[in-house]
Amino acid sequence: MIGQACEFDYAGCQALKVLREDGFRTIVVNSNPATIMTDPGFADRTYLEPLDVEGVADVLGRERPDALLPTMGGQTALNIGLELAEAGVLDALGIELIGAPADVIRRAEDRERFRETVRSTGLKVPESLVVTALSEVPDDLSFPVILRPAFTLGGHGGGIARSRAELNDLLPKALAESPVGQVLVEESLLGWDEFELEVIRDRADNVVIVCSIENLDPMGVHTGDSVTVAPQMTLSDEAYQELRDASAAVIRAVGVECGGSNIQFARNRESGDVRVIELNPRVSRSSALASKATGYPIAKVAAKLAVGYTLDEIPNDLTGTTPASFEPTLDYVVIKAPRFAFEKFPGADTTLGTQMKSVGEAMGIGRTFGEALLKALRSRELDASAVSPWDGLDELPEGLHPWFRAEIERLRLPELSLEDLVADDWARLKRLGHSDADVARACRTSEEAVRAARRSWGVRPSYRRVDSCAGEVEAASNYLYSTWGEADESEPAGGSVVILGSGPNRIGQGIEFDYCCVHAAQSFRALGYEAVMVNCNPETVSTDYDTSDRLYFEPLRVEEVLSICERERPEGVVIQFGGQTPLKLAGAIEAAGLRILGTPFDAVDLAEDRERFAALCEQLGIDVPAWGTASSPDEAAEVAERVGYPVLVRPSYVLGGRSMRVCYDEAAVREAAARGGHLLVDRFLENAIELDVDALCDGEETYVGAVMQHVEEAGVHSGDSSCVLPAPLEEPEHDLVVELVSRLGPALGVVGLLNVQLAIADGRLYVLEANPRASRTVPFVSKATGVNLVEAACRLAAGAKLSELDMPRGQSLGQVSVKAAVLPFARFPGADPVLGPEMRSTGEVMASASDLPTAFARAERAAGRRLPTGGTAFLSVRDEDKAAATDVGRALSALGFKLLATAGTARTLAAAGLVVEYVRKVTEEGTGPSVVDLLRRGRCDLVINTPQGSGARTDGYRIREAALVARIPCVTTLSGAAAAVEAIAHARDEVALSLQERIDAQARTA
Amino acid sequence: MRGFLALEDGTVFRGDSVGAEGFTFGEAVFTTAMTGYQEVVTDPSYSEQIVCFSAPMVGNYGVSADRVESARPHARAVLMREARGPAWTDWLHEHGIVALSGIDTRSVVVHLRKAGAMRAIAVSGEASVDEALTAVREQPAMAGRALAGGVSARKPYVFSDAGSARVAVVDYGCKRSILQRLAWAGAAVTVFPHDATADELAGHDGVLLSNGPGDPEPLSAEVETVRGLLGRVPVFGICLGHQLLALATGHETFKLPFGHRGANHPVLDKRTNKVLVTSQNHGFAVAPSADPAATHVSLYDGTVEGLHFPEYAARSVQFHPEARPGPHDAWPLLSEWVREVSVAQAA
Repeated sequence: MIGQACEFDYAGCQALKVLREDGFRTIVVNSNPATIMTDPGFADRTYLEPLDVEGVADVLGRERPDALLPTMGGQTALNIGLELAEAGVLDALGIELIGAPADVIRRAEDRERFRETVRSTGLKVPESLVVTALSEVPDDLSFPVILRPAFTLGGHGGGIARSRAELNDLLPKALAESPVGQVLVEESLLGWDEFELEVIRDRADNVVIVCSIENLDPMGVHTGDSVTVAPQMTLSDEAYQELRDASAAVIRAVGVECGGSNIQFARNRESGDVRVIELNPRVSRSSALASKATGYPIAKVAAKLAVGYTLDEIPNDLTGTTPASFEPTLDYVVIKAPRFAFEKFPGADTTLGTQMKSVGEAMGIGRTFGEALLKALRSRELDASAVSPWDGLDELPEGLHPWFRAEIERLRLPELSLEDLVADDWARLKRLGHSDADVARACRTSEEAVRAARRSWGVRPSYRRVDSCAGEVEAASNYLYSTWGEADESEPAGGSVVILGSGPNRIGQGIEFDYCCVHAAQSFRALGYEAVMVNCNPETVSTDYDTSDRLYFEPLRVEEVLSICERERPEGVVIQFGGQTPLKLAGAIEAAGLRILGTPFDAVDLAEDRERFAALCEQLGIDVPAWGTASSPDEAAEVAERVGYPVLVRPSYVLGGRSMRVCYDEAAVREAAARGGHLLVDRFLENAIELDVDALCDGEETYVGAVMQHVEEAGVHSGDSSCVLPAPLEEPEHDLVVELVSRLGPALGVVGLLNVQLAIADGRLYVLEANPRASRTVPFVSKATGVNLVEAACRLAAGAKLSELDMPRGQSLGQVSVKAAVLPFARFPGADPVLGPEMRSTGEVMASASDLPTAFARAERAAGRRLPTGGTAFLSVRDEDKAAATDVGRALSALGFKLLATAGTARTLAAAGLVVEYVRKVTEEGTGPSVVDLLRRGRCDLVINTPQGSGARTDGYRIREAALVARIPCVTTLSGAAAAVEAIAHARDEVALSLQERIDAQARTA
Repeated sequence: MRGFLALEDGTVFRGDSVGAEGFTFGEAVFTTAMTGYQEVVTDPSYSEQIVCFSAPMVGNYGVSADRVESARPHARAVLMREARGPAWTDWLHEHGIVALSGIDTRSVVVHLRKAGAMRAIAVSGEASVDEALTAVREQPAMAGRALAGGVSARKPYVFSDAGSARVAVVDYGCKRSILQRLAWAGAAVTVFPHDATADELAGHDGVLLSNGPGDPEPLSAEVETVRGLLGRVPVFGICLGHQLLALATGHETFKLPFGHRGANHPVLDKRTNKVLVTSQNHGFAVAPSADPAATHVSLYDGTVEGLHFPEYAARSVQFHPEARPGPHDAWPLLSEWVREVSVAQAA
């Protein structure tokens, strides 16, 4: 979910670790299976349950803990904690709210109380007023103003209104977004500088500032979307101390007394005026960044404070000798750059504002601003065609502080000539922060040529420690970054395995891969290797220095990875857990003479090269959908004609279904192919059952970990589809799948994890694709089955055979598990909220129950799409779906839903004998309200709308957008609708079981 | 222009000269404060020292007349990983300070931490390293050096003339911020030279013993004066002033291997169990002591960070409550003391 990602997994893991060390019995509730914190070994009891009041209250009732810690799980957890307190649940069960008591949460989160609290310290807040309706806005308001809905995540639903007309448009939306219907309309501080301080306070009233963070993008851009730098760069001591004093005053006044807070300030560059913007009385995205930036484990310390320690009693693990009250001091610069994915949401407004739109972030550490900035920017791994803020250094944000502008100006490279560069030039270029690729561009030559030339001059990076104390105290820190022209420290001892991480979160490559990397580190450590992690994503558990024996916080690019390997001289490099990112480096790694542990690069190539893969399948007698390649619209049309419509058109080598289109006719194919490039054209299997298989292979034998079935039909990206485990297949079909995967694994040469996507259409089994690496379903499978696939894969990669691993076989799963996608459509107004071949989900949730309807209903609830149990259902489906829609309509009618439909669908339903009310589309003439009007008025409880083409101005788009704005569940596939109806009909109230109980029960049946 | 730092043990670090030309001797020390470079360089306690900043970039926000802690720079030379100008580097140049940028400052810090602060030379321009090292080894070491006299005011002067209490400040190398904080707290402040007599001082409502450079041990006359004040007038010592009070009350001082210089040092007030995040700058310290008079302790190395002798109405802190640079956590110590002496005076 945007605004709340794996930074809270990192926080939760740290908290669980220290609480358990202290002898507490821990219970964790989180619906996200891709988290490390929900691993069975991390807590005493783990509930993968919907994160709503009802779900958490159930768990509390069952477990009867002494205390609830709501400050580690972001805004979601804080809100639930407060709601539980207000509903009296905590009092009734005798549970104490620790970390942030209810009155503290209210003082921090309720805008008006917060403002009063800040004013009581003599500090200023932006002038503002709280409104609950448009009519409350005074006439003399001066623009621009910022709208901030109360109690929302990442400023969700907020915006800037520059005029009365914009206010009239934005305010109703903002009011709708706030769960309490309150919106703050406030003085715009556009153009002011923005700072954040990470503050910790203990019950003895000791306050330390862990880190200062300065935003490069000025006020008005959400801090999650800003490029930020730590420590702050432009403030003098007196100006910085003023913010420090203000932070201490605010945290005291709000009353946070055992934990961390993030406080945001706006400061006028000319006058020095300061405004306090907000305080988060919890671990936040910024605190995760601050922890990684300084090496100071904020969440760990906050958890200790919550259970009664004081700052002078907690040791700093990085130094081992100083206490947690020793404020970090930095001898390096850290920069965070957001990762956007606007290319996934065509039509969406790409302007940055108060609502966060980035989907991930990368961090760069360097000894200078330039070094850190260039590292952070190149760590983002932007797609070649992607449009992103901070795309290069040419378009800088308006109002950028002159100091930053001057620093960036120094980084511009003139044209260079490789032959002219001598040792001093190399040292200068590298010390400025330029990569070999940057120099290659300036020299118009290849990166390899640049690297060879640089190395011939003996210019190599050195590695320095992050130690939180600028070298003042001897620290055995294992947390490293590279720089140039300095001494080296923390020499490796050898015997290591280098694990390549997955870089910034993005759509199609998220926290699931970090889960795998963390497990890989643990597994290789258990096998006796030194686990070395390379990653650049500050939100993750993998970049916690506790996770590995050595952490290199570096861009995941050829230059940096080869340099690290040259230093480490590892036994091997592990590339199968970090998603596509490490695979892109595999060729260069092998070419450098390094050993890849597990599946070799050739197997990757064999699976990804369509020609080779198709030839292999043919040889094995495995069916693949008819296909062809094309490099022009003519060729594409030709291939489509040959393989038969409909076809799937996409660029070769893609992840996350980027730019994939299903085409039903030649015109669509030509349009899809018009963007150029090398294309794949596949026969698209309609009405197929899609299956996802995660398996292990040791090169000879294969172990199928799970066969999952997608709920949505083929054509919806597997990452966006709900998925059921075990797949509800007949035994012979299941056996066929297992048999096929068992032949494919060894034939590809897989040693480790293998993911295969299959389809059953017209009674035949097809292979759609094979990925010889960890897939995004691995954490889900591991949690549903209780089998740690990553650990097994690491042992295989290290040379073990499957027969030695003693994998559980033939166990029956007591429960059905469903994985559902979390979709960020509400963040991207203007983009069509419809499921399709392009992946757009930013997260996932999981639920398990004794039957499918119950698990499905619970998963939908966990994903924030609670299914209605009655009311009005609106249906509007494309012609191809009309027949099937009848069944859905009949079932809904039988459940007591009133049916509402647009003309065509209404005719079909009526013809089937159902009572249905007709409503006009927006584009249809007529009197009375259109469907969009009804949706806006909240007159529907469920929307079933399958797209007839997608695009901004279609009726379907307007319906879906209206449903999204009105927060009405909107199902865009018929298979999804059928599953939803089934779930509405048959879901039962069921006691939630913890993961540990489920695994125990399964073990008993095995 | 290139330049280098040569340490007495023969270690050499090279960089680019961004300040004055020439060379200078001093004790190489480092500070981990991330802001306040101009305050550091103008702090008289940095006399005869070559300061290495661990902060990654120095000079970012220019210079200002409001940020000087005394009339002129006292540090002999400045070492930086990455200096930013032109305001800061021009200022260094104008004030004749040798300044090197592009120095591997982290290695300097780590080296000094391991080997201890030591004599050094900073050279801007070309010079023979061997000759430089020979010269370094002829310089006096910091231990045993009395430096307060060289930076103290020559004659008494009035810093602020109105207030609820009349405070005398003995200037051993006093930072301007101490005077400003006292005046802000409502004191009329008169500054006296380091060799002012107890009789000259005792007529005030309170005497503040300032910070200053060098080793406290050779300052036997000053210690004698402090002893003469005890019981006659309330006394407050800061940094060197704290060390003088310690010596006057029978405690021992010693040279720290590389000192405490920074803006993040936690100090525990043993009476309240509260932690102050403090600004520090000292190469000598009061040895750890179980004496109940030792009220504050460094959470970093256990050295005595504060003393209190209620029987003499005398107290002191090793850290800098006036901050500049650094956190303001300990500001109240100064204002509370001014209030106390005001109340005592009124009674």
